[in-house]
Amino acid sequence: MKLLELVDALNLAVKAGGSLLEGEVTGGYASDLLSDVLANAKEGNVWITLQTHVNIVAVASAKELSGIIIVNGRAPEVETVRRAEQEGIPVMITRLSTYETVCRLYDLGVRQRAGV
Amino acid sequence: MSPRNIVKAAKRKGLHVIGICDHNSAENVPAVEKSAEREGISDIGGMEVTSKEEVHILALFDKEENLFSLQEIVYQNLEGTNDEKLYGEQVVVNEEEEVLGFNQKLLIGATDIAISRLVDLIHEREGLAIASHVDREGFGIIGQLGFIPKGLPLDALELADPSKRDCIAQNAAYPFVTSSDAHAVEDVGNRQTCFLMADVSVDEMRRCLRGEDGRWARI
Repeated sequence: MKLLELVDALNLAVKAGGSLLEGEVTGGYASDLLSDVLANAKEGNVWITLQTHVNIVAVASAKELSGIIIVNGRAPEVETVRRAEQEGIPVMITRLSTYETVCRLYDLGVRQRAGV
Repeated sequence: MSPRNIVKAAKRKGLHVIGICDHNSAENVPAVEKSAEREGISDIGGMEVTSKEEVHILALFDKEENLFSLQEIVYQNLEGTNDEKLYGEQVVVNEEEEVLGFNQKLLIGATDIAISRLVDLIHEREGLAIASHVDREGFGIIGQLGFIPKGLPLDALELADPSKRDCIAQNAAYPFVTSSDAHAVEDVGNRQTCFLMADVSVDEMRRCLRGEDGRWARI
């Protein structure tokens, strides 16, 4: 499944990397501890978090994640958007909670992180 | 954990200086300061602030007005009301240990202040910004944010376990301190940092952490 399909289905607002939504989503990972994401997310995963700090871009980049969905209507910081554009990491936001976002993604067929 | 008990325990353990850092509040600092004065030890007022990312940052100040000015901003950015059944009473006392009131803020919560802004707010008030227990996953900067954001002007990193020093990848960039993080009187002084300073002040602590003019801070 492509990121663009998730953006359309969940009506996500794209804050960075709008031209990079053709990436293939291999699964999902939800966590707000960035050390945990570094340890456990898999390449191509879409990451669901409420963290908005610029470090989320570095983590997504290091793990080659397909994109970041920030939940609860939180806005990414200016520096986060700037760095995400630079690094080519799609950042999207939703008013939904982590739970609701994950449930919807699961229903759409985003089932698990790859390689488990 | 009353002011007198804290100060007496500190004196028993041979501490010369203690730092008082409640979560997101400094209302008990004046009472501890007066108790410390009576017992002949020094006290530095501060707060352990929870950033938006749920990172704990210790903020220490020389001037009480700066400490309370930060507290005001913290309160403005801290949602929620304390549940005394869950978290206990948040008592505010004076130096005679008379109850002045109860803090109703949800002090255990996180503020809406981003970490870089928080460090700036502390420095604008001539304070020290120290990342708490960086070797702990929960509420430690590395656990929460994966690594220390590049260029974040922290004055030091606090270790809960001084032997973990070599496990911190970015250890070269920052000086270390350790402290008891005492949440009970019997823990006061369990871990200590030694400063070689000309007088007891946050300004001197800063110079020790920078190693200026023969000063040092050792864990």
